[in-house]
Amino acid sequence: MLDIQNIQLAFGGVKALSGVSVSADTGKITAVIGPNGAGKTSLFNVISGFYKPQKGRVTLDGEDISSLKPHQRAYRGMARTFQNIALFHGMTVTDNIKLGAHTHLKSGILSAGLLLPITRREEADLEKEAAEVIELLELDKVRNDQVEDLAYGLQKRVELARALVMRPKILLLDEPVAGMNREEKSEMSRFVLRVKEDLNTTVLLIEHDMSMVMGISDAIVVLSFGEPIASGTPDEVRNNPEVIKAYLGSVDETTKSAA
Amino acid sequence: MSSTVDNSVMTTTKASPLTANRLWLLIFIVALAAMPLMLPGYWIFFAGLLGINIIATHGLNIMMGYTGLLSLGHAAFVGVGAYTVAILQGRYGMPFWVTIPAAGILATVIGIAFGLPSLRIRGLYLVIATLAAQFILHFVFVNWESVTNGDVGLSVAPAVVFGIALNDETSIYYLILFFVVVSTIFARNVIHSRVGRAFIAIRERDLTAQVIGVEIVWYKLLAFGLGSFYAGIAGALLAYFNRFVNPEQFGLLLSVFFLSAVIVGGMGSILGAILGAAFVTLLPEFLRETSLLIGSSLGFDLATILTPLRETIFGLIMVAFLILEPRGLAQLWTRTRRKLLRERA
Amino acid sequence: MSPMQLFIEYSIVGIAAGGIYALIALGIIVIFKASHTFNFAMGEMMMLSAYFFYAATVTFTLGPVVGMIVAMAGSILVALVIERVAIRPMLGRPFIAIVMVTFGIGSIIRGVVGMVWGPNEMNIPAILSRSPVMLGDIFVPGKTARAFAIAVVIVVGLIAYLRFSRAGVALRAAAESAVTAYSMGINVRNVVAFSWIIAAITGCISGVLMANVNTLTPHLGMIALNVLSVVILGGMASIGGVLVAGFIIGWLEAITGLFLPSEFREITPYVLVLIILLVKPTGLFGGKEVERI
Repeated sequence: MLDIQNIQLAFGGVKALSGVSVSADTGKITAVIGPNGAGKTSLFNVISGFYKPQKGRVTLDGEDISSLKPHQRAYRGMARTFQNIALFHGMTVTDNIKLGAHTHLKSGILSAGLLLPITRREEADLEKEAAEVIELLELDKVRNDQVEDLAYGLQKRVELARALVMRPKILLLDEPVAGMNREEKSEMSRFVLRVKEDLNTTVLLIEHDMSMVMGISDAIVVLSFGEPIASGTPDEVRNNPEVIKAYLGSVDETTKSAA
Repeated sequence: MSSTVDNSVMTTTKASPLTANRLWLLIFIVALAAMPLMLPGYWIFFAGLLGINIIATHGLNIMMGYTGLLSLGHAAFVGVGAYTVAILQGRYGMPFWVTIPAAGILATVIGIAFGLPSLRIRGLYLVIATLAAQFILHFVFVNWESVTNGDVGLSVAPAVVFGIALNDETSIYYLILFFVVVSTIFARNVIHSRVGRAFIAIRERDLTAQVIGVEIVWYKLLAFGLGSFYAGIAGALLAYFNRFVNPEQFGLLLSVFFLSAVIVGGMGSILGAILGAAFVTLLPEFLRETSLLIGSSLGFDLATILTPLRETIFGLIMVAFLILEPRGLAQLWTRTRRKLLRERA
Repeated sequence: MSPMQLFIEYSIVGIAAGGIYALIALGIIVIFKASHTFNFAMGEMMMLSAYFFYAATVTFTLGPVVGMIVAMAGSILVALVIERVAIRPMLGRPFIAIVMVTFGIGSIIRGVVGMVWGPNEMNIPAILSRSPVMLGDIFVPGKTARAFAIAVVIVVGLIAYLRFSRAGVALRAAAESAVTAYSMGINVRNVVAFSWIIAAITGCISGVLMANVNTLTPHLGMIALNVLSVVILGGMASIGGVLVAGFIIGWLEAITGLFLPSEFREITPYVLVLIILLVKPTGLFGGKEVERI
């Protein structure tokens, strides 16, 4: 589905990524892990189109999207959440979620302003779609609350919901459980799995939290200082000596420190 | 996923409150339409002025309140609309149904011409560009004498609608009322649509807006263009209302006036734009009345301090609201209503 | 006189006039450095100072030196009140809101001055000699030349002060990052208040000079919006660059006067601003803004 080949990215001589390749297979959950400063977020910003790499290609569903702007990538079916919650304050949960459907709607300023039938129909459909996603992620109780009033874990879930309304081909999750307590983490894992199973969405996530990654991923890529050092199934990665070395000890230890 | 559809539709359709709202709106509009029958002409004059200010404030609110594009030159775009009417009608005798849309379109074109270079980038540059628009356009009004007649200005014949010349405050009031209703509904519809949501996304976090597929520059342009269009329409009505256009009307003071209207009303609220425009239109008049009373009893000529008095008041309420109640009267209104509802419950 | 000579003469006069603008620019950049606030009320602070000077010297018939001290004290007081009452509560709010607050303050000051002193032109006692200064064969109007000299002395003095004093170090630390400054034991609040004092001083001096070169009206401060615009385009990065912006405006105004009717002078800086935005939309010296994602 999403293919990232040999990305090289440097900021004024400082290498952030050197030769990173990741591919996210259709209907699977792929995780990129690595210690802080390994270049995970840089990689995500390359994939979303905020950073232009010096070298390398990003292909989505067979199409080279390397030169596309972020919003064009959204139109190609790429959705993303942010590590620091990026919801729109002063709006309700439902309105925030509706924002995600931008790429599916067509209303321009005139048809919207005059409330032409096309806009009415679109808004009615959107209402339905938002309701579906709200149900899927169990946000019914808070649907009319202001997002800033919600607990942290719920806000993250709203962000996920907004990404899902885009009906993405590929869903990028930037540290989906960062800063969460144990209960929130297991809930989020459950929802990510549900997204994969119910919607058959391809997921690429970066995460610090080992237990979450090991628990839900189908494939894992490990980065260290901007370079890929291992990839494979959770079991393969867990037993890879390089990975153990990069994490200064055993995987168990990192799990503890990340938690 | 399809299995969930049926349930969710049920929960989202809430037909009854909507119709109740519509009913209230209708009653309100009828009341507005009946107003000239009940109130003295002096009041209708202010109602007309207020209507024009509401339209212009909607425009600035779309730009600034919803999309986060601060404009210090809104008055100049209102001026473009007013001059368009004065010139098209005075020179070429064009009817109102040509001049008013033309005023809106020309204001949009000129607004975009000033805004486009800086809309591509973030931050303060648009503020400067609009400030430049304010001074440059005002300069053009004053100095392009062959067209604008300089400081003297141009007189405007009454608009003729269905054969009726709108030459008093009551008849022009109905024309203004029509535009107020249409522009308010249009603004409301836009805000509650894909376009309006994109505006808000840009205001809040423009990186995130890109990720959900919003083309930032395009939507900024739309917001800026629409805001300028509203300014142009307001200017056109102002020309027919005052029957006279001169540069003095469109100075920096008027831009401050619209800024304070948006801020006082509550940035990013349609109701707020209306409340804010009402507040800043009526407050100086109220103060003038009271100060004239006090002034005449003291044997003091207050006419000379009227303009600086306004300047002070607009500035003061702008600063006070920004510090104390940044979401404006609309927020106060919501809060009061919520409290009332709670007490009733 | 040959066209070239004329051009040079106008240029020199213009750059001389730019001295005052550089002083205004300094007031703007100091506040920006301390608190990332764009002070759209700089011009009105300057104009108000000139009226203070007028009140002290004309209404209360004090001498120019005492008058200057009174005006300075009044300006600093006003600046501190603005900072305390209107700017400090806005800490952490979006920059657009802070811009609007300063813009609103400008409007208040214009209005109050208009109410107290009226809209008409006024003259303050001449503190600058009219006798022209000759640079070779080039004739520079006396007031402009002397105002330039004073402005340059003040600018240089203030820059030296900011460079070497403890307060200056604190200011630079705060400009770097408020957090760093805190960790160095610097009271950032005091630094911000201090920056408003500096702005009041530059505003007071530039206001009195300006009112001497021209006449005094409530619109004296409008020029500061020109300066601010050009300064923002200059990138707000270095104090030196900002001073250059001041001189550029002075020069441009003079050169415009050479080729176009004098009314055009008031809009040339804005035309320049638009041209720069078209040609180099990231500002004159500025790089691309990078935001944390």
